[in-house]
Amino acid sequence: MTAETPGTPAWTSECHRARLHIVTGKGGTGKTTVAAALALTLAADGRRVLLVEVEERQGFARLFDVPPLPYEERKVAIAHDGGEVRALAVDVEAALLEYFQIFYSLGFAVRSLKKMGAVEFATTLAPGLRDVLLTGKVKETVTRLGSDSKPVYDAVVVDAPPTGRVVTFLGVTGAMSDIARRGPIHSQAEGVVRLLHSPDTIVHLVTLLEDMPVTETIEAIGHLREVDLPVGTIIVNAATEPRLPAASLVPAAEHRLDHARLAAGLAAAGIVADEAMLDGLATEAAEHGIRVLDEAGSREQLVATGVPMLSLPRLVEGADLGGVYELADRLSEQGVR
Amino acid sequence: MTKRVLDLAPLLRDRHTKVVVTCGSGGVGKTTIAAAMALWAADAGRKVAVLTIDPAKRLAQALGLEALDNDPRRVDIELADPGGELWAMMLDTRRTFDEMVMHHSTAQRAEAILANPFYKVISTSFSGTQEYMAMEKLSTLAATNQFDLIVVDTPPSRSALDFLDAPQRLSAFLDGRMIRLLSVPSRGVMKVLGAGFTLFSKAVSTVLGGQMLNDAAQFVRLFEEMFGGFRERAQATYELLREPGTAFVVVSICEADSLREASYFADRLRAERMPLAGLILNRTHPPLARLPLATAEVAAEKLERTAPLTAAVLGIHADRLATRAAELHMRARFDRVHTDLPIIEVATLASDAHDVPALREIGLRLTAFSPVA
Repeated sequence: MTAETPGTPAWTSECHRARLHIVTGKGGTGKTTVAAALALTLAADGRRVLLVEVEERQGFARLFDVPPLPYEERKVAIAHDGGEVRALAVDVEAALLEYFQIFYSLGFAVRSLKKMGAVEFATTLAPGLRDVLLTGKVKETVTRLGSDSKPVYDAVVVDAPPTGRVVTFLGVTGAMSDIARRGPIHSQAEGVVRLLHSPDTIVHLVTLLEDMPVTETIEAIGHLREVDLPVGTIIVNAATEPRLPAASLVPAAEHRLDHARLAAGLAAAGIVADEAMLDGLATEAAEHGIRVLDEAGSREQLVATGVPMLSLPRLVEGADLGGVYELADRLSEQGVR
Repeated sequence: MTKRVLDLAPLLRDRHTKVVVTCGSGGVGKTTIAAAMALWAADAGRKVAVLTIDPAKRLAQALGLEALDNDPRRVDIELADPGGELWAMMLDTRRTFDEMVMHHSTAQRAEAILANPFYKVISTSFSGTQEYMAMEKLSTLAATNQFDLIVVDTPPSRSALDFLDAPQRLSAFLDGRMIRLLSVPSRGVMKVLGAGFTLFSKAVSTVLGGQMLNDAAQFVRLFEEMFGGFRERAQATYELLREPGTAFVVVSICEADSLREASYFADRLRAERMPLAGLILNRTHPPLARLPLATAEVAAEKLERTAPLTAAVLGIHADRLATRAAELHMRARFDRVHTDLPIIEVATLASDAHDVPALREIGLRLTAFSPVA
């Protein structure tokens, strides 16, 4: 797996300089796994990285095999050389209550109202409020300083909503029309807008090399550019490793592999192949060839966007903790740091 | 233990089967499966409508769906049985909601509702609205008796089975208690909740702004008299889904996350006593040649220099066997939990299915018993 354009690293200086990495992708592309792998990669050299999840799915708890995450930053993994990944599952209700508590000293009373569904009510009434609260919490983690006056986290990686929703999610300016023009949450939202449009922030798009995810990725890149949000990389996930020599790709895909030649090769390795086996192997090779060619076509469409690309292999064993480390290694080989 | 196989052919052919609902997480090929089942049943001579939510562009084109269109259109293809018909539509959530409002209200009131800014939020972004409207549309279509069979694709819900919960949640939300509390807190309520509520209510209006609350309150007043009709309708849809003429199929790929969702779907459908026909394991990789992994790997290594093409082909076979082993492992874990759930595997196609021949191929694979490799 090499970078798309030899010579120019996919992980640009903009990516390297950013501290807030927003990871989005169509549902089913593995964005949660990739976000976790990215966090683990960035945690190399003893750095501290926070992974944030905003969709209340507990994807990270599952991935890192830890109990469901509370609304609290918890250590979930150690990078190879001692860096640390923490994870936080932002809970909208908790975030809203946090605000009310801080700004209106409404602790106890609010908790009893929570039971009546008041918080769900407020966030349903103004969907933008939800996003403002979530991004507000993200901003707080990015800008938080430790006792040494340095940022607590070297990087924050957000497992953001899917491509279809990400622009709305990050388009806090639009969401602000949902909320009143004054008050602490409004000023918080303004701070979020500043952060998102600063060089501290960069957006990555996870995709598979298939029709729908590729189309959505290209559309999302367009929308992100329209609102001036910086696009970092396209991270191709679950790419098929090409097995066939380039010259054999098309013949294989068209089911034109020479059975006699195949049989001779097999015989040399001591395998006696009947026609059924030859046909089975050739069909498998054809499916592989077609897939590789289709993926190459998808890749070309993505290259045309001009966004640098990273590439990750399919995890045969599925996305588990070992898989996250494997993907992190692959990202690091491609220059992610 | 012999595992029951999900036998879709008799189910799709049976004239008593009126509705088939596919559910599953996103990206598992649900829409394609729904379209393939509909085409298969139409080829078998039935008059079928397929209700899709968000089909891939090329699949939509194959079905002649160029744009969102809230009414089924006849798909212009030649069917194996000329007595069959295939119709397709793409759900327009907002329009379905509009139609429902117009149906349950006077023209004047409907107009006021549709113009309310808060209605836009509810009809497009309230979580579960899409699922709710898919079922509403199903209900409407079923009531026309225009089709022998309706195949419905459900949206890839984050919280699976939102379509069962959405009507309830929406009516709970809209019954207006909270809106009334926030806009005109009455004295009685104040006494119960105390001063905390006044503060809360103030905080909420500071955050949301007064106009928003006013719009919401007006909306609820307009909506109030329709609740009865809505609830009845939601109840009727729910009953339709539980009728013997309905069959649910859960679609999944053979990966941990997707199967976890599938497992949840299966449990939930059973708990609701919905007629669950079985699980479709989509895009699996059964080996097509009988050659064990170890043999293939040893031979591939041996031939790497002398016969690179054969070595590559053996490498592809070895990859496939490794993938298959992982799939069987996943499947076995699922089986242990859902011992009596019928399953059918659909081996992966080389390309995404986006034309009629590919849909037919999937239909064949869906309806053929395929032995576990």
